[in-house]
Amino acid sequence: MRFQATALNQRNRRIQQAVRTLFGLMTLLLIVPVVIILAVLVYNWAPAISLEFLTAAPVDQGRAGGIFPAILGTVWLVAVALLASVPLGVAAAVYLSEYAPENWFTRLINLAIINLAGVPSIVHALFGVGAFVVFAGMGKSILAAGLTLAIMTLPVVIVATKEALQAVPQAFRVACWNMGATRWQTVSKVVLPNSISGILTGVILVVSRAAGETAPIMFTGAVAFLPFLPQSVMDPTMAMAYHLFYISTAATGVPDEIRYGTALVLITMVLLMNAASIAFRAHLRGKKKW
Amino acid sequence: MVDAPAVKLSVEDLKVSYGSETVVHGIDLEVREHEIFGVIGPAGSGKTSFLRALNRMDELDPVMSVTGTVRFNGRDIMGFKNVYAFRRRIGVVFPLPVGLPLTVYENVAFAPRLAGIKSKAQLDEIVERCLRRAALWDEVKDRLQALGSLLSGGQQQRLTIARALSQDPEVLLLDEFSIAVDPVTTMRIEDVLRELKSEVTIILVTNLVQQARRLADRTAFFLGGRVVEVSVTEDFFTGPVKDQRTRDYVEGRFG
Repeated sequence: MRFQATALNQRNRRIQQAVRTLFGLMTLLLIVPVVIILAVLVYNWAPAISLEFLTAAPVDQGRAGGIFPAILGTVWLVAVALLASVPLGVAAAVYLSEYAPENWFTRLINLAIINLAGVPSIVHALFGVGAFVVFAGMGKSILAAGLTLAIMTLPVVIVATKEALQAVPQAFRVACWNMGATRWQTVSKVVLPNSISGILTGVILVVSRAAGETAPIMFTGAVAFLPFLPQSVMDPTMAMAYHLFYISTAATGVPDEIRYGTALVLITMVLLMNAASIAFRAHLRGKKKW
Repeated sequence: MVDAPAVKLSVEDLKVSYGSETVVHGIDLEVREHEIFGVIGPAGSGKTSFLRALNRMDELDPVMSVTGTVRFNGRDIMGFKNVYAFRRRIGVVFPLPVGLPLTVYENVAFAPRLAGIKSKAQLDEIVERCLRRAALWDEVKDRLQALGSLLSGGQQQRLTIARALSQDPEVLLLDEFSIAVDPVTTMRIEDVLRELKSEVTIILVTNLVQQARRLADRTAFFLGGRVVEVSVTEDFFTGPVKDQRTRDYVEGRFG
């Protein structure tokens, strides 16, 4: 006997197709802006494409020359931000997820972290000026700016890590405890190794934000123009995001292709760093099975 | 006169509660050395909570609280300062196999490593001995470096038994170990348990009345967080009725 579709079957099928089409279109809409941005940047930068743009220092307040010092400065800032926020954030997340007793104080801390994530970046910037530049006496430096970025990205690391830790089945912990493992042995041998990929998600977000934010670094370590490359983390530095901001607003007469080129290089840097983390994460996920 | 068998675990007035809900209302019983002690009873009768109290798992569960006294070799378990070393003397096997996301080898070597054994030769020896005793060695000897969680369900359950044995425990707690295991594997594990009895005291929580009958020397019938009776297992099925509820349960007339 052949299967005969009832009116209900047909209706369900129509709805199913409509929903799929709708959601598919939404997904397409999502990538349209990205494609347009990249296309516009590439198209407008095209007249000035040169390797020198990446390797030379800017000339005449960015009206000519390249952006090498800014690229280097952004790498410095991202590195300092990662070195500070990842260990601190992972440690805090491990404590909150694996050790902290379930009480009002823990809930208060969790609430504070969520709120920290909502603080505008300009407020972080002013905090950075007060805490690092002035109070800690770091002056306008890579260290002060990197630490400001680290504070700003800390909640992201903590939340991503906590979620990764809590995704590890409780049964694994119980099995370890029954074998006489301490909490730390359980965390270090079983829980952390199986949440690395989730922690990397937090790292990816840190990289993107640290490389892209302008406000937190403009008072704490980034300068519009520096005649030398930073020699240590105590020096101020040029940075991509701030350089773009500067040549787009303060400096006059900067050729458009330099502006577009700077924006494209910044996006490309972020995408490359993300791609590296994503590839690493995929590699780790391939090994994880339970 | 024959010496009374040594008491391995004695439990006095054990109560377990989770938050405001009490699930074990005062249990008294004794488990003798080198016996298989069965625990049967319907769902919610407190069997698993009883097991969890025996190796102080309540300390890792913020809502679980335990009162009463449990003596291990005559010593109050609350008196063990090193709770981690104490837990290693009691192996546990769960209803669903928990293969840690480590290799087969590392699953079994985990507890010995925790105990401070570093020598490769010694670890190799422990891994092979425990896998053999859990009747798993022949199936996995060529893939010790494969992930334990990739084994089949029945193999994983034997892996967890091997892991429990790797602690060289004096007591083995089995919580409905056969729930996710096929009948053939169940029989193999039951054979393993009969052999282990000479070295280890086994507490076997089971939903299968016939499994208790096949394996357990003595059995406790739990009901609503209390012990209805503890008897030589065969008395549950034949012989004079001590408590009608027990006879009804084992004959499937419960309800």
